[in-house]
Amino acid sequence: MALRRASSSLAAALAIWAGAVGAGPPERVVSINLCTDQLAMMLAAPGQLVSISRISQDPNVSVMLEQALGYPINSGQGEEVFRLQPDLVLAGQFTSSYTVGLLRRLGVEVVQLPIVSSLDAIPDAIREVGHLLGQHVQAEAVIADFTADLAGLQQARDTPPRAALHYANNYTSGENSLAHEILTAAGFANIAAEAGLSGGGTLAMERLIMLMPDLVISGQPYPGASRSEEVLRHPAMRGLRDRHAGHALADAEWVCGTPAVLRAIARLADLHEGG
Amino acid sequence: MGRGLVAGLLALVAGLFAASLLVGPAGLAPVQALSALIWGDALAETLVMREIRLPRAILAVLVGAALGLAGAAMQGYLRNPLAEPGLIGVSGSAALGAVLALQTGLAAAHVLALPFAALSGAVLAVLIILALAGPRGGSITLILAGIAVSALAGALTSLVLNLSPNPFAASEIVFWMMGSLQDRSMTHVWLAAPFIGLGAVVLLAQGRKFDALTLGEDAAVSMGVHLGRLRLTLVLGVASMVGAATAVAGAIGFVGLVVPHILRPLVGARPSVLLPASALGGAVLVLMADIAVRVILPTRDLKLGVLTAIVGAPLFLHLIYKTRAQGQL
Amino acid sequence: MTGLTLTDFSVARGPCDVLRDISLSIGPGECVGLLGPNGAGKTTLMRGALGLMKHRGRSSLSDLPLQTRAKTVAWLPQAREIAWPVSVETLIALGRLPHLAPGAKPSTADQAAIDSAIARMGLEGFRDRIATQLSGGEQARVLIARALAQATPVLMVDEPAAGLDPAHQITLMQTLATEATGGRCVITSMHDLGLAARFCTRLVVLSRGGVAADGPPHRVLTPEMLADVFQIRAHIAQTEHGPIVQPVGVIG
Repeated sequence: MALRRASSSLAAALAIWAGAVGAGPPERVVSINLCTDQLAMMLAAPGQLVSISRISQDPNVSVMLEQALGYPINSGQGEEVFRLQPDLVLAGQFTSSYTVGLLRRLGVEVVQLPIVSSLDAIPDAIREVGHLLGQHVQAEAVIADFTADLAGLQQARDTPPRAALHYANNYTSGENSLAHEILTAAGFANIAAEAGLSGGGTLAMERLIMLMPDLVISGQPYPGASRSEEVLRHPAMRGLRDRHAGHALADAEWVCGTPAVLRAIARLADLHEGG
Repeated sequence: MGRGLVAGLLALVAGLFAASLLVGPAGLAPVQALSALIWGDALAETLVMREIRLPRAILAVLVGAALGLAGAAMQGYLRNPLAEPGLIGVSGSAALGAVLALQTGLAAAHVLALPFAALSGAVLAVLIILALAGPRGGSITLILAGIAVSALAGALTSLVLNLSPNPFAASEIVFWMMGSLQDRSMTHVWLAAPFIGLGAVVLLAQGRKFDALTLGEDAAVSMGVHLGRLRLTLVLGVASMVGAATAVAGAIGFVGLVVPHILRPLVGARPSVLLPASALGGAVLVLMADIAVRVILPTRDLKLGVLTAIVGAPLFLHLIYKTRAQGQL
Repeated sequence: MTGLTLTDFSVARGPCDVLRDISLSIGPGECVGLLGPNGAGKTTLMRGALGLMKHRGRSSLSDLPLQTRAKTVAWLPQAREIAWPVSVETLIALGRLPHLAPGAKPSTADQAAIDSAIARMGLEGFRDRIATQLSGGEQARVLIARALAQATPVLMVDEPAAGLDPAHQITLMQTLATEATGGRCVITSMHDLGLAARFCTRLVVLSRGGVAADGPPHRVLTPEMLADVFQIRAHIAQTEHGPIVQPVGVIG
């Protein structure tokens, strides 16, 4: 099994190399993941990106809605993607392995990009997509802007206010996560890290309340109803916010390791003055 | 005998209620916790005790009492120890009603839409079950009808949740099928309490009629039981309690099976005494299960129905075996 | 008069009448045996008269409101249903339900009626036994005791002797006859012509949807009637123990 996986990734790597050497940049690129959609839209030459995933046109989670509306969409199913005859498919680390395997067996080149869990990894991600698309110059320009803007936003404080990220199902993010770095970059201390949480996970509401954060940053409400989101409006959380600032921020800007995180940091940084 | 048992169960409910208040991931010291609950003397502790643990413990009592009493009442009416709201699809249909109310936005528009929708789902299921497995339907009809109603309600619940625009809805199928009291609030207590209370008052008043039914429907009618009226009362009482319980806690199975089964020998098998005893016994069982889920997996939301099924399903098999041995299946 | 009066009484099952235009009056002190071959409508007559089935015409019992009816007539169905493993005394005490005000506890009068019913059915030693664990015959006696405890002027019983051994059959019929002597109106359906002849004061024979014969046993149990209604030949004799009817053969 491991051997087969190794050999298939070797095959994929060879295919990339062969493509790069033989035929220049791919002409038909399909992205089937929200985060690769964003990077591809930023970097692709006109006409190079032929389809993006449906979710990028969802105003609740897309940070590049206007641009996304200009592209045909796919729902990430093997058959549908294959019919687009792509030279390259961009997928995420957790895209269904069945879909990825099927496309590869059909001879389609699929590259799975890893989840970005730190600010430092964002330039690498941009660079990699730039490389895959043959858009090196554009990629370096985006990286330069990002690095400069990030430096401008980052603030260090002696006693950073303690903030809690509170999403549906009491989900939060601890150390070693992009959300944690966004929070820290904006000059806040993350109480999930105080609680010893690493990566994403749940923090029981009781424990969150006992940690008494100065600020609660709740997930945005989604359409329809869910029990999972009821915790965001729980009387205990409201009781907490009576004494603290609470703000629903756009989840979309926190999700992907793209320059959109700068907007999240900027919004957070504004809370210092407001709160 | 009945009075001693009721007193014992009351003491058990009180003890477990207190224990439920003291169990939680925040790890509060008991004295500090109770002081925060009563005097409200520390902000964080008070919020934890009054807004998280208190409603959870109250709901465990309400939901448990509702399921235990509904089970005892259905068994009394159908004279069948296998009749249980969860097994025969009443809870599942109530969950479907609740999910529909939530996903169509009715629940957000009217406060009472959620419990009423769950109640309507439950009414429908009880009517189907009574029509199919009424006086002349045996255990096998009851179980088969229950399987069909549960399956349909479960499938439609999944369908509605999968069609929801909400990204979290689809993953909540487990909650609606297995039930949980995690992170409930006083809002849920106020939503469920009137319906459960009303259903309980109505059903507890029917005790003697269920007693008379021990001798069969003909004998009961000849002793002055108005069967049609009793059926209507049963449908509305059970639906009101199971509907409200399911709307706030999801479908928790087996409580109405396990509790009357354990208590029946202790009350001399009299349905009229079994009703209040099962209400208290249900509260005991759900309180215990809800404490256990927090002790076993403190950081995750282990579903209550998982524990009640682990206890209840073997008992259910045992009951089927016994019924079969007596040639009644 | 407390008893049962049927006037132009008919019961339909589906499109056909099972019973047609029956008029009958049974008063206190009578012990009436309801006879007839299988399917003649004995159970139907009693259930209809009790208001448990839809009927046309009048029945003095089904005319009564449900609660009054429960204090007027006790009914023992043929199916000996005991759904839960209750004690014998608890089961017999169910007979007092129609007499209890809502929420009231059984009074000493209620307890006296229960004790008397237990004594009359000879169930003294069975009080605390679990009813569902008794033999069929014992269960039948417990259920009759329940009907007795209801202490109603009218007692209607559907084939109480079925499944009982000879001794219990005789004791049972003696009990019913004694109840009638005590002023009750007792109506019981039965198949045993001999028992009917010995213990009933009056026999009503149902056949083809109507009353084929009605009167004291010696007038009803004639060879002609037995041949016509039951298609049997029987040995009929008057003895010092009372009338004897012993079927000896089938006609045709």
